[in-house]
Amino acid sequence: MYGGNTLALDQTSMRIAQGDFVSLVGPSGCGKSTILKLVAGLLKPSSGAVLVGQREVGSPGSRASDTTGSGAGRDPLRVGLAFQNPTMLPWLTIRENVMIPLKIVEPFRRDYARKKKGEFADRAEALLAQVGLKGFGDKRPWQLSGGMLQRASLCRALVHEPQLLLLDEPFGALDQFTREELWAIMQELWIAKRPTVLLVTHDLRESAYLANRICVMSARPGRILEDRVVPFERPRTLEMSYSPEFATLVQKLRMRIAHARTPEEIQP
Amino acid sequence: MNNLGAKTRQRLLSAMALVGFFLLWEIGCLVSGVSDLILPRPSQVAVVLWQKMPLLWPHAVQTLSTTLAGFSLGVMIGIVIGVTIGSSKTAYDVAYPLLVGFSSIPKVAVVPIFVVWFGAGTVPAVLTSMVISIFPVVVNVATGLATTEPELEDVLKVLGAKKRDILWNVSLPRALPYLFASLKIAITLAFVGTVLSETVAANKGIGNVMMIASGNFDVPLVFAGLVILAVMGVMLYAVSSFIESRMTGWAQRGNEVVMA
Repeated sequence: MYGGNTLALDQTSMRIAQGDFVSLVGPSGCGKSTILKLVAGLLKPSSGAVLVGQREVGSPGSRASDTTGSGAGRDPLRVGLAFQNPTMLPWLTIRENVMIPLKIVEPFRRDYARKKKGEFADRAEALLAQVGLKGFGDKRPWQLSGGMLQRASLCRALVHEPQLLLLDEPFGALDQFTREELWAIMQELWIAKRPTVLLVTHDLRESAYLANRICVMSARPGRILEDRVVPFERPRTLEMSYSPEFATLVQKLRMRIAHARTPEEIQP
Repeated sequence: MNNLGAKTRQRLLSAMALVGFFLLWEIGCLVSGVSDLILPRPSQVAVVLWQKMPLLWPHAVQTLSTTLAGFSLGVMIGIVIGVTIGSSKTAYDVAYPLLVGFSSIPKVAVVPIFVVWFGAGTVPAVLTSMVISIFPVVVNVATGLATTEPELEDVLKVLGAKKRDILWNVSLPRALPYLFASLKIAITLAFVGTVLSETVAANKGIGNVMMIASGNFDVPLVFAGLVILAVMGVMLYAVSSFIESRMTGWAQRGNEVVMA
């Protein structure tokens, strides 16, 4: 998809402070997910660089599972990622799926064999309970609905207490009620643990509800058009998302994106 | 309850089909009066089987152990080759034509070579059944690994997992149903390999017994050998099938996994 010669991103530069919650919105195909994949290390930039916690992504020692990392003073950041699809491994139970990061990422990895039946299982269960999946730990992925799997997928992104959380439209495939419920849970988790979050979405209400900062992107090749701070205080509520100020912000963002699409699609 | 009833009914019908087959054979022979030098009746075969059992038993054990040895070796080598070429695109492209060519060779043709190298006896039989069971395992394991959904691998990649972690936690479990499907094919093929080699160059084993019996026109004994082979083949198939359902229960629900 991103191979060939298509220029997905052009002259894009952004900075995210530690503990911030930034949302990336834009028309489909603008390269939002590309940015996320670059940060996650799933893609390599054809030019330029991505730095996470002062280390270049993809370089040795840039991930918490690397024990051989050249000690540059700081420990590498732990990263969590939730995709639009739950991507649960079908041969594992829900709890085992949630515990995958503990099996891979240091410092949990070295204790995995010893703690997988005790402390780590309890930790996974506690998270599952927090997202409303109490008692589903022993079920298999095919026994759960899409919404439930997405909740479990969030747990998996959070179980190793990542300092950087990457969310790729994780609520996109859900019905509105489930989605709004998960927004509240997400906000709660963020306030409690304060990870740095980068959320890719095309739901403007979602980004206004969750994020501290919203970056609007243009159509391909993607560029960041606008960087806006969301002023609403926390914890935000569902009622707030129907207030006039909230509606105005969403409308402004909507117009900005409509504008971003014009040159390519509505030319005479 | 209804489900259970359907299952017992299906089993009953299978048993009836089996009994019916032998009954038809018996009646057909009696009515047409065909000589037992051409086609012996099942009852004659059963009698021979009973009378010659002390004689046949060591040969059956020989064939079974030879097959299992060849099968185990073949599966182990097959898994190693399959994992090697399945986890690398380059290795897959390079090795595939070679494997196809190798597997296209009729295995009867390799038996004389093994005999020249190792002498007549058990070794060429083990090697033949090994060679014959390698290919299905290689192809299936490699396919299972090569078709792993990239999204599932991404789950571990973002955590900074090493290639080995991804192989153990995603690719190999994902390829397990493919491996078991190939084991069922390989176990029946392994029997073919053993008997083939035993008929050509051995002094033990069911294949050898059948060869000598047909030389002496003892056709009922030849058929008794066939029955023994069939029973052993079915038993080993059933064992692989049982292990498969135990190990890869999640894959039997394929549709629902996709739905979720």
